[in-house]
Amino acid sequence: MMELVCPAGTPAALRAAVDAGAHAVYCGFADETNARNFPGLNFSRPELAEGIAYAAARGVRVLVAINTFPRAGDQAIWHRAVADAHAAGAHAVILADLGLIAHAAEAHPGLRLHLSVQAAAANPDAINLYAEAFGIRRVVLPRVLTVDEIAATNREIEVETEVFVFGGLCVMAEGRCSLSSWATGLSPNMNGVCSPASHVAYAEVGGHNEARLGGLLIHRTPKGAPVPYPTLCKGCFTAPATPSGPAQTGHLFEDPVSLDATELIPKLQKAGVTALKIEGRQRSRAYVAQVVRAFRAAVEAADAGAPMPAGLLAKLTEGQAATTGAYAKTWR
Amino acid sequence: MDLTIGPIAFFWPAKRVRAFYRMIAATPVRRVVIGEWVCSKRLPFWQQEIPGAVAHLLAAGKEVALSSLALITLARERKLTEELFAAGLPVEIADLGALRHLPEGTAFQVGPMVNVYNEGTLEWLARKGATRICLPPELPLASVATLVRAGRGAGVAIEVWGHGRVPLAISGRCYHARLHDRAKDSCQFVCEQDPDGREVQTLDGDGFLAVNGVQVLGQAHTTVAGQVAELTAIGTGALRLSPQIGDFAAIVAFYDRITQNPTGKAEALARLRELMPGAGFADGFLAAAPGLRRAG
Repeated sequence: MMELVCPAGTPAALRAAVDAGAHAVYCGFADETNARNFPGLNFSRPELAEGIAYAAARGVRVLVAINTFPRAGDQAIWHRAVADAHAAGAHAVILADLGLIAHAAEAHPGLRLHLSVQAAAANPDAINLYAEAFGIRRVVLPRVLTVDEIAATNREIEVETEVFVFGGLCVMAEGRCSLSSWATGLSPNMNGVCSPASHVAYAEVGGHNEARLGGLLIHRTPKGAPVPYPTLCKGCFTAPATPSGPAQTGHLFEDPVSLDATELIPKLQKAGVTALKIEGRQRSRAYVAQVVRAFRAAVEAADAGAPMPAGLLAKLTEGQAATTGAYAKTWR
Repeated sequence: MDLTIGPIAFFWPAKRVRAFYRMIAATPVRRVVIGEWVCSKRLPFWQQEIPGAVAHLLAAGKEVALSSLALITLARERKLTEELFAAGLPVEIADLGALRHLPEGTAFQVGPMVNVYNEGTLEWLARKGATRICLPPELPLASVATLVRAGRGAGVAIEVWGHGRVPLAISGRCYHARLHDRAKDSCQFVCEQDPDGREVQTLDGDGFLAVNGVQVLGQAHTTVAGQVAELTAIGTGALRLSPQIGDFAAIVAFYDRITQNPTGKAEALARLRELMPGAGFADGFLAAAPGLRRAG
């Protein structure tokens, strides 16, 4: 059966994911070492140890994401995070930075290494480089590949692949995007945040709801209509007329959609994917429990060769558009 | 501190490419990186210009390196990357996957789309043979200073994004094609009609980004014109100037002058504004501020 890798932003969410049928849970420390560095989220060292004990007692693995890029001069903070995750009994650490991976491979030879999606290893050469140089065991694939390309990649690599199937969707190659720091000074790579809430402002202006990020107007909706969170790549922009075409206003990069690749699970399994990942460490434990239960049923169905259960997540995606993203070639 | 001309980000016709490198050969830059780093679909339209440009630049005494693509996904693109190393020139890798084709013991350079944020990464790349690294544009000056020191110990020269629209993101999706309701595979090369990128504004009408095929750039021109003294003081090896249309020879001459004879910040920016009337300039990244912060 494909492995279901589920998000936990809090100890309560970790227990909820374990109880709902996760095969593995991923989480991070409450600091800048992980890419969901949000206020009130993530784990202290004792919380991680307790979480790992809870999961281990139920046969569930815990993966620790240490997937930002260490700041020059302050690498010790990231090195300590890897050492602490190892000492706490993490099944694996999920890393993105080349230097940090080199350090982990050398200082923690027994520790299982997963390559984070933030490393943007989008071809067999990059993946094999990490496998040969550092012995990484699994790669989380960036969301730029089609299912066919994933299958082709799997034929050329030895390491396991893990792919996102549900939740927030990066439109750009992950780990190679500075849109957030361009607008706010804070980036996923350096600070573990994208379009951070600290820089968001909502206002009602002249019968419209407005959402700004870093002072920039990203969304404007009629009063009464919900205004989406101003994530940069899903914002509304204008491209003035140029020789290449007339002026356009709209979601020039991507609509405010989330990823739902449920229907593709059998194809992903056929493509040789080992694990399916659910995004959402910032989500509530109730959400996590519901999504994990639904996807556990889906991977069991896929394993039995049965059709995907229909309407699994209707409630969660209600009123929200979903896409299968780069997995379908037409998305490009 | 000397000057490097980065690879052309935009889809320029072969004729424009040829004229550009003839012009560059006559400028005081030390080195030039040449090659397609954004979209492999463009390459067949201008790759025949590369050998001539390289010969011309070498004859003019410039160091020349070839750039790989920044996002390598297709088998065809991996083959192209492998062939780069057979050309007999130094290669600048823009995707780590390119390293796997590096012949053992060959020196290489690293472009700004490869994530070098710290000493650990720099030292690992140096052990593999890296001799020059252009840092990611979002890095603040404190990080640059630490990496310059680490580079000195490891035999790696450090370059900083000096001028031009900064690369902010790259995607599997083509945004130029999307603006025309097309997919990447049926793009009909619309990006060629915007030789400096297509501007994207916020809903307030403020300039924000520029779309360049699968790449997203900052709309304002990032410049370190007002930060040359700090960069020189920490020992930065080179500034990277990113090709654009307009009087680029004058831009090169301007940076040559201010790196040889540093002038006051206000004076430098005033001169740059004269050279590019109507353009916006940004300098936030080095100052650990939002990258689009207005220079001045």
